[in-house]
Amino acid sequence: MFGEGMGYAFSLLIAMALLWLVLSGHYDSTLLLSLGGGSAVFAVFLAWRLHILDDETSPYHKLPRFFIYWPWLLVEVIKANIIVVRTILSPVMVLTPRMVRVKTLPGTDMGKVLLANSITLTPGTVSVDIDRDEIIVHALLKELTAKEGFAEMARRCAWTWGEKEEVS
Amino acid sequence: MHILEIARHILAALCLLGGASLVLAGASGVVRLPDFYTRLHAAGVTDTLGTLLVLLGLILLSGLTLLSAKLALVGLFLFLTSPASTHAIANAAHKAGLKPRLGTWRSEPEAKEDKGA
Repeated sequence: MFGEGMGYAFSLLIAMALLWLVLSGHYDSTLLLSLGGGSAVFAVFLAWRLHILDDETSPYHKLPRFFIYWPWLLVEVIKANIIVVRTILSPVMVLTPRMVRVKTLPGTDMGKVLLANSITLTPGTVSVDIDRDEIIVHALLKELTAKEGFAEMARRCAWTWGEKEEVS
Repeated sequence: MHILEIARHILAALCLLGGASLVLAGASGVVRLPDFYTRLHAAGVTDTLGTLLVLLGLILLSGLTLLSAKLALVGLFLFLTSPASTHAIANAAHKAGLKPRLGTWRSEPEAKEDKGA
């Protein structure tokens, strides 16, 4: 337990220190650097006191998969953007709003959050509510509610959060 | 070197222009769409590709500096938080019992609408 907890603490500490460095831009003053380091340690201490030092707070070992998932999501977002912009800029708008239920493949809470957020981030679909293992999605056009598309996204989310070994 | 500089600025300008036009398109969608839920989708365009292109343009303008890193962080945090806020709004409307307009919806051509009014 101790070993794993230390991993989370250490990765969070590095993330906090890097964030402080980038946002402050001070590299040469010893006083400021030590104060920044101290605040990073304090933030990690607070997270430890709150008992939130787990894989949801600092998912460092899942980061590599996120860097594979994000580019794929970005392409999906761009494709959906083009469809939505074309619809809302056409002189006569033809909409087919739908409410659909999407089965979530991810079994963990964070996997579901990842899927719901990805659906919302893609223009034209917004996750409205979650009902056990289904996400209720409002879609602007019926073309955007293809079952296969959601299934693909669910598969990739489950993989990203480490629930499955292969994208398949 | 000089050519690269010019190309960088032209690319940055194109990104900024594209981003601004997408934000404008999203805004026009918010006005034109019929109900609450469909308007959320138009706002989604502004949230994603619009801001992304504007940030990309600004990063290209500032070059390899600390400012670029900060802008990239802004983009990262926006992409993490904007779906949460969109979902919060949609969920609040759903919980409050607002029924979405379903089925097929066609906007009337603008000219026709003027004649009728």
